[in-house]
Amino acid sequence: MSTAGLSSAFPIQHTMPATLDNTLSFAVDARGVEKHFGETQVLKGIDLRVQDRELVFIIGPSGSGKSTFLRCLNRLEEPTSGSIDIDGTNILDSKTDINKLRCRIGMVFQSFNLYPHMSALANVTLALRRVLGYSKTDAEGRARRALARVHMEKFADQYPSQLSGGQQQRVAIARAIALEPRVMLFDEPTSALDPELVGGVLQAMRELREDGMTMVVVSHEMAFARAAADRVVFMADGRIVEEGTPQAIFENPQHERTKAFIRQVERK
Amino acid sequence: MTGFELFVDGFLNGAVAVEWTPAILKGFVLTVFLAVLVVLTGLGAGLLLSLVRSLGFRFLNAVIVFVVDILRTIPALVLIVLLYFGAPSIGVVMSGSVSTWLALSLVLMAFSEEIFWAGITSISKGQWEAARSTGLGFGRTFFHIILPQAIRLTIPPLTNRTIGITKGIALASVVAVQDILGSAQTAVTFAFNATPLLIAAAAYIILFLPLVILSRRIETRFHWRR
Repeated sequence: MSTAGLSSAFPIQHTMPATLDNTLSFAVDARGVEKHFGETQVLKGIDLRVQDRELVFIIGPSGSGKSTFLRCLNRLEEPTSGSIDIDGTNILDSKTDINKLRCRIGMVFQSFNLYPHMSALANVTLALRRVLGYSKTDAEGRARRALARVHMEKFADQYPSQLSGGQQQRVAIARAIALEPRVMLFDEPTSALDPELVGGVLQAMRELREDGMTMVVVSHEMAFARAAADRVVFMADGRIVEEGTPQAIFENPQHERTKAFIRQVERK
Repeated sequence: MTGFELFVDGFLNGAVAVEWTPAILKGFVLTVFLAVLVVLTGLGAGLLLSLVRSLGFRFLNAVIVFVVDILRTIPALVLIVLLYFGAPSIGVVMSGSVSTWLALSLVLMAFSEEIFWAGITSISKGQWEAARSTGLGFGRTFFHIILPQAIRLTIPPLTNRTIGITKGIALASVVAVQDILGSAQTAVTFAFNATPLLIAAAAYIILFLPLVILSRRIETRFHWRR
């Protein structure tokens, strides 16, 4: 899949400035996030602000801490220190109802993690009913609309085992967006997929992005990053080394680490 | 009498069967009653323990593991005898039936806790994370996502263990409970004939065969492809 082909088929304007205006409220506002696993420090002070409707792409070598950072954003990992605000709410505050807040932070996993004992529809309705308290009818209506957004409405009654990996991942996206989150986190959403199934998932993400969803994506899909990202963040060794527009990072990286990494992924 | 006639007279004696079947039938009812109670309390307590254990309090879990390991080590018969003959010395008096029920429930609790726990831990961490990321709390995640999957995985070992332990109700005959085996033994002594034992065997088959078949059907019905 060539970058040029992507861009022309899905023209996306990069309207977001690389330097952000301090007066705006941010969908995500993470400051000085650190994470230790025992002796090892995985995150060494990450600052990241994501504006409304922005698509931020996090790239970096494995072990750079990008997935850990993403998982801190909805407290699947507990940061050791730092602060994280989602839509102006401090998610690390012990007074914050983390379950209520998590509905507003959608997450998509590398391994889909659909519930195997439930149909696609039931996968999507569960949190709508049990967390947001919708009636069965309302929840199913919302779930079917969410499935339609990822072109999976025909598969509502299928079980995960009857779906391909790409279809499962799209149901997983539907499960998250059905809750109408303020921001969507994608943790290597296409890494576990066969190459021919990646397209459908990227297409669904692209459409979400066009609908104005705020997204933070950890992924190795560089062509997608070039075409769709507003900002690319390069992480290495638990730090943000460099960030900027896709053009800046891919065409004109400033740091040696970034250059080496871009060279490596471009060679593939 | 030929050898065959001797066998029929000693093991398949019609007159003895007619005389003692009612008593064994009473024993059958008592065994069914005890079995249902043991299954309910044993599995219930086992499930509860596995739930507490998945909360992950280190000290509590150490206690659970210790108790469960001890209970899995002690033969059920020893436990029954201890409760029946030993407990009165600390002022707790219970009938043979009650001590059998309690002992077998404790043993079933211990084994089923281990089986439930194995099922729970075999569910991938990703299932917890997916559910928690949509705002489901610990309890809802446990009951809607983890437990239904764990139970499907654990049904075969759970049924085997449950049947094995329920059969242990026969041990109650040592503390003078007139269950199937107890009543059959009494009958054998009085009739001086082994026919009641065969009736008892038939009673056990009638009691447990449906359970075995049922468990197989549940297993098939709950199965889903991964």
